[in-house]
Amino acid sequence: MSTVTTPVTRSPDARPAPPDGSAWSRWANAHRKWLFAAPAMVFVAVLIIFPVAWTGYLSLTDAEGSVRAESEFIGFQNYLDVLADTDRFWPAVWRTVAFTGVVLLFEIVLGMAIALLLWRPFRGERWVRVAILLPLVATPVAVGMMWRLIFDPNIGMANQLLGWIGIGPQPWLSGQHSALPTTMFIDIWQWTPMVVLILLAGLTSLSDEPQEAARIDGASTWQRFRHVTLPLLMPTVIVAILLRGIDALKTFDILYATKGRGGGSFHEVETLNVYAYGLSFDYNDYGVSSTVLIIFFLIIIGVMWALTYRKKGLDR
Amino acid sequence: MRPSRPYQIFRAVALAVVVVALLAPLLWMIAASFKTNVDIYDSGKAFAFSPTLDNYSNVLQRANYVQFIGNSLWVAFAATVLSLILGVPAAYSMSRFSMRRSAVVVLMARVIPGVSLLVPWYYVFSNLQMVGGYTVLILSHMFVSLPLIVYIMMGYYDGLPTELEEAALVDGLTHIGAFRRISLPLSLPGIATAGILSFIFSWNNFMFALVLSGADTKTLPVAIFDFVGYASIDWGGLMAAATVVTLPIMVIALFVQKYVVSGLTAGATKG
Repeated sequence: MSTVTTPVTRSPDARPAPPDGSAWSRWANAHRKWLFAAPAMVFVAVLIIFPVAWTGYLSLTDAEGSVRAESEFIGFQNYLDVLADTDRFWPAVWRTVAFTGVVLLFEIVLGMAIALLLWRPFRGERWVRVAILLPLVATPVAVGMMWRLIFDPNIGMANQLLGWIGIGPQPWLSGQHSALPTTMFIDIWQWTPMVVLILLAGLTSLSDEPQEAARIDGASTWQRFRHVTLPLLMPTVIVAILLRGIDALKTFDILYATKGRGGGSFHEVETLNVYAYGLSFDYNDYGVSSTVLIIFFLIIIGVMWALTYRKKGLDR
Repeated sequence: MRPSRPYQIFRAVALAVVVVALLAPLLWMIAASFKTNVDIYDSGKAFAFSPTLDNYSNVLQRANYVQFIGNSLWVAFAATVLSLILGVPAAYSMSRFSMRRSAVVVLMARVIPGVSLLVPWYYVFSNLQMVGGYTVLILSHMFVSLPLIVYIMMGYYDGLPTELEEAALVDGLTHIGAFRRISLPLSLPGIATAGILSFIFSWNNFMFALVLSGADTKTLPVAIFDFVGYASIDWGGLMAAATVVTLPIMVIALFVQKYVVSGLTAGATKG
């Protein structure tokens, strides 16, 4: 990386670079790489890296109660306690994994199907694109409230619709076992459009030639999708999984909007993020909550690493 | 080759189902916001009801929503502008000097769970007596918008050829001058994309304001909860509040659809 301080004069008639006088200007140009990057880097260091490091430290202390209270260093005791907690911690891990796995599966499959339907131009395309954009930009908390009304067991539209086709009312969000699947449904409704947009961008960037070649060779529609389109699109699919997966693991807004604190009275939608939030701001149990967050963070990094590793293999 | 007739019919039906599934709930929310609570409880009045503006006058007057709309606008606007000022030059430098490791550090912010920052922030800012003020809210929202802007702009500068800048250098501009007069104006579409997305994400953000805002500084997503009581929910008011939060952002997104889509899919198709 060479920083050119003396301007290159390539043609004889080019004006010589203005010395531009000031020493400040020369210094600024010579150090522009860091001058440009430093403010953002300092912001990130002060507001992100330092807090994460602090969370790491807090996870080794018994900090609780008030933020001004004294705390003691207790080593890895919190980690031992948390990892032995089969009451709240492990169910939360399980819910986080189940939530992410299920919504990803549906969002990728549905997203792929819709993207393929939209791939070739047709009349009315604009309207479909509008419909796809709206859920995606809607405020997640408001979306949660909206579905709360639709899924209300007594007055909600969902049970009315079921009634018309002769199915009895369901508890939806208020059921101990149906709450988590219902929140998964809400997430799928809101974020499948995101996958559609990403995959559509990928599909549009594919060249037509491999498709044509396969068609001439007599490949059926399914064979062309399975053996031509899908392999070429795979890097984009992984990007979609990566982007959606990170956000799905961290889902908070719709869970809090539909079930409130602690993921409901039986913690039926309490994922790791909701659990950590509750420990911090409902129970002020900062040490334990930091421990849960560090473990959560490691899980996210692990998943990301595995996916980017897989993507690098595909790019090669 | 034109798609076959049966496929075209299948596609039209399938897409109609998709459009209805995506739009019906939103229309239902907006319809409910114009109903009295009595009508919301009456399934016979699902579609035939006499619309009322009572919910909106409740939301805007009694619930003090004018103030919260202002809060949301101010926080989203300030966080976006500050993030652009910090993020655009940083993205340029990271792209032109291939500072991949620095980029990864900034982009890690997209991965970190927000709660893990909230605890230390709460520690520091409550000791500084700053919790409940706008400054903390704006800083916390920058945690979302800055990485987003750096991510989108890095992709943009990666795709912007360097020849024009080199020509400007030959013509006597300094490096910083070449950035200011050539690359920056050329990247305006990218900046618009990044700015719009950052505004939307900040407007929609819930968790940071939930912890860090005060009674007067709360943003709209937090204020929605005013309509959820322990015993009962004011459904009409709640749906009007939800509509007040969502509708502006949906309308804006429709007008700048191209930018929103290109921002959301940024980096999806290149390596």
